[in-house]
Amino acid sequence: MKTLRLALLGSLLFLAACKTVVLAPAGDVAAQQRDVLVISTLLMLLIIVPVIALVVVIAWKYRASNKDAEYDPEFHHSTRLELVIWSAPLLIIICLGALTWVGTHLLDPYRPLDRVAAGKPITEDYKPLQVEVVAMDWKWMFIYPEYGIATVNEFATPVDRPVEFSITATSVMNAFYIPAMAGMIYAMPSMETKLHGVLNRPGVYDGLSAHYSGHGFSHMKFKAHAVQPAEFDEWVAKVREEGTALDSTTYAEMEQPSEAVPVTYYNSVEPGLWHAIVNRCVDGTRMCVDEMMALDELGGFGAAGTMNVTELTTNVFTRGPTPFGNAPVTVDAFCTVLDSQRIYGNDEVIVAARDTSRLRGHGLDRSGLSLTPVITLLAAPQGAQAL
Amino acid sequence: MSLTEFIFGRLTWAAIPIHEPILIGTFIGVAVIGLAVLSAMTYYRLWGPLWFNWVISIDHKKIGVMYMVLGIIMLLRGFADALMMRLQQVLAFGGSDGYLNSHHYDQIFTAHGVIMIFFVAMPFVTGLMNFVMPLQIGARDVAFPFLNNFSFWMTVGGAILTMLSLFIGEYAQTGWLAFPPLSGIGASPSVGVDYYIWGLQVAGVGTTLSGINLMVTIIKMRCPGMTMMKMPIFTWTALCTNVLIVASFPVLTAVLLLLTLDRYIGTNFFTADLGGNPMLYVNLIWIWGHPEVYILILPLFGVFSEVVATFSGKRLFGYTSMVYATIVITILSYVVWLHHFFTMGSGASVNSFFGITTMIISIPTGAKIFNWLFTMYKGRIKFELPMLWTLAFLITFTVGGMTGVLLAVPPADFVLHNSLFLIAHFHNVIIGGVVFGVFAGINYWFPKAFGFRLDPFWGKVSFWGWVLGYWVAFTPLYILGLMGVTRRTRVFDDPDLRIWFIIAALGAVLVAIGIGAFILQIVVSILRRDQLRDVTGDPWGGRTLEWSTSSPPPNYNFAFTPVAYDLDTWADMKARQYERPVSGYVPIHMPKGTEAGIILSAFATACGFALIWYIWWLAALSFVAMIGYAIYHTFNRDRDYYIPAETVAETENARTKQLAEI
Repeated sequence: MKTLRLALLGSLLFLAACKTVVLAPAGDVAAQQRDVLVISTLLMLLIIVPVIALVVVIAWKYRASNKDAEYDPEFHHSTRLELVIWSAPLLIIICLGALTWVGTHLLDPYRPLDRVAAGKPITEDYKPLQVEVVAMDWKWMFIYPEYGIATVNEFATPVDRPVEFSITATSVMNAFYIPAMAGMIYAMPSMETKLHGVLNRPGVYDGLSAHYSGHGFSHMKFKAHAVQPAEFDEWVAKVREEGTALDSTTYAEMEQPSEAVPVTYYNSVEPGLWHAIVNRCVDGTRMCVDEMMALDELGGFGAAGTMNVTELTTNVFTRGPTPFGNAPVTVDAFCTVLDSQRIYGNDEVIVAARDTSRLRGHGLDRSGLSLTPVITLLAAPQGAQAL
Repeated sequence: MSLTEFIFGRLTWAAIPIHEPILIGTFIGVAVIGLAVLSAMTYYRLWGPLWFNWVISIDHKKIGVMYMVLGIIMLLRGFADALMMRLQQVLAFGGSDGYLNSHHYDQIFTAHGVIMIFFVAMPFVTGLMNFVMPLQIGARDVAFPFLNNFSFWMTVGGAILTMLSLFIGEYAQTGWLAFPPLSGIGASPSVGVDYYIWGLQVAGVGTTLSGINLMVTIIKMRCPGMTMMKMPIFTWTALCTNVLIVASFPVLTAVLLLLTLDRYIGTNFFTADLGGNPMLYVNLIWIWGHPEVYILILPLFGVFSEVVATFSGKRLFGYTSMVYATIVITILSYVVWLHHFFTMGSGASVNSFFGITTMIISIPTGAKIFNWLFTMYKGRIKFELPMLWTLAFLITFTVGGMTGVLLAVPPADFVLHNSLFLIAHFHNVIIGGVVFGVFAGINYWFPKAFGFRLDPFWGKVSFWGWVLGYWVAFTPLYILGLMGVTRRTRVFDDPDLRIWFIIAALGAVLVAIGIGAFILQIVVSILRRDQLRDVTGDPWGGRTLEWSTSSPPPNYNFAFTPVAYDLDTWADMKARQYERPVSGYVPIHMPKGTEAGIILSAFATACGFALIWYIWWLAALSFVAMIGYAIYHTFNRDRDYYIPAETVAETENARTKQLAEI
């Protein structure tokens, strides 16, 4: 038993010696994930080790040359053994299943942290650091709404401060991953995912994309700095000092595919940029996805909607010309309910469309709700040209 | 549109990779070997026999052997890709870019995955089922013999399209499942993804049809007395696998078709804009992809069951629970697909559900391991090659199963997903399960197919090369995964990682020795076939019906349809002092060979090639030709013949005499 424990300890030490960040992380979430990993492994070893030992022992004992061993060609059924055979793995899986259910819910990346480390529950003092992450081809952009700054390929956080990441992507799928901090989560275009994490030890850690995303993928890395709060303030000041403005123009430049991009700072962020990135309408001429969805939920615009598009002329990474079918288009932004309210004050024509109860099936044929007012709004743009 | 554009679509001289020295070297090598083979075949006048005895043959045994040959050839290509990746990852350190640029490297890992799954593992599995299963159930052939030949040639067509991308154009740079939007027309405008799509679609037709064929064969063509619960266990696993194929491959066909529409007519199923949803693709492809894993492993579970029982000189322990375990795995394989993307953010309850269903699969799998264990218990174990492979499987696969269950725990998966730990895990089960099983199967049934055993010395060299090679190559990947290293990465900064990649590369060299020794094993066995000859037809003391025939079996398999009274029919016959019938032969109704399979497949392959390169006239023409020829083939009434009773009597009496002389 002692030797076994020594062997286990030895192998763990050996693994720790080769910088297995997953087994020795610097953040509480990753540490808890590591615990689940280790406990599950030990649970399974309870059955795996005896099985492997049995394979070796039985195969050797009943080798054909060993005439002393019992030979019973008719031994092919035993209810008692079958019971053991099925219930032993079942028991392990019941334990593991319980661990999985609890662990998955506790360590759900969407769940706000309730502690920054073992014995340090979240109190009023801990305000999570909001960070908005954009996976681009092939670099990472971090927007700090609280500080009005943004960076590319560099992330910094004060130690022991919970971080709430909101994550999206510009074109293809990636996975946002700082192994020392917390597990990974996919970054997907027109989709926002969440991840909560914290770094407890000061240091510089690797961050990377853990989902292949094209030719520049291998260089899609950044450093995550965990620093003392005072140093973090210095870092913010440095970003403000050295950075330039991040608006839709500079964003569009950065969005172009590029590899091994050096660390870049932005000292201001255009209001509403994050919403526009997630909804794919940074270029102001496109309709935002959330608006599109809201309009579609109201029944859409029918045939009129097919006119409200612009052919894509620039080459974008997400769509391109196909041999058949129409040229790729984008849906144009137009004066929506919200815009209308903002510009004209409370406009009466839109009142009818405020019924937000769900439409079923053929939305346009639904009796009782006329969509004419919305379409009127589209078709009668008095003064709308001014937009 | 210019005339050249009309004739050649987007195919231009630029598609020939003359600027890639590696590819040119490969091409020259392939051309030299190809020419040598072709001229040797011409010199020895082998074209006729090849065509009449193999290419147009609808004999399930020959088609099975051809599937195995296809698998071996494609294994060489897939493994060459693996070696290149290992070398790149050893070199690309400390600012070095390695010797492969991302355009080339990304094609290699995509091709490696696609080829190993679709054109190595699948042909091996289908080949084994094709050869063994009809013999095991006492049938003379499969239910639809022509369809069988057609399925094989469609699989070859898909393989040819995939291989062609090496020298004309490029292959996909997307990873083996081609997730959009990366595989969409915007991010991948070139032919790579189209090669991927059409290679898989053409081969997919073959796989689906062969699934239907083998499933019907098992259900309808078992010999009298062989009830479902008297079926050999390999046949049971084959049945479950083919049910999985029939139920899941249409999903792959459909999802690839949707991707095709996105790429060819500008629909938006999987784009990020205009209501498209890439997550839909990920779900759909894994709804096919997870059952696919069990399609590959189940028949090999069957192989191990046959091997363990035979070489322990015992009946399989817990046959009934083995059958139910197989059925449970079959059903459960459909409710676990989401464990491939816990990290998409589906929420804790959904993730836990799929995590726990995945763990539940390990219960029947664990029960199987115990059943094999207790089959050996109180046995007389002969350590012949198939048994060695089985023992290596039991140890290796158990570890792979453990890491698999570990990855099914969502919190653990969040830190290990897409890492080299994951790569190590699935190679652990695919090499440790599928590959070891295929080698066990080849060594086990080779004497049945050719009448002589495989050379044990080179077999053992191959065995140790593979087993040690696997562990040396993939243990470092487990460690690298724990160090936070991600799959598909081409260059590295951290010099501490390098030693592990060097060890892994050495492991790959050991596997290369294993593969080389396997080829040598076949060559040496052919040269020494007289010493290795087996005339009994039952060299291992087998238990199932295939061992009751001569080796190789006559093309009609059984002169009289056998009758099954017990689970291990042949063992039962032997125990009851079975005597060969010596008279009463009747003419045997047999299907005739036809060239329709290869012709249809040629048209399909041409159609795929044309669609890849936007050569619309050729696409239309070959498609019409394919449909037209299929209709024409239905009018071919000259499909069968009778083997006269005298010929049967002659063959069988010669066999009886031969057996008496032993």
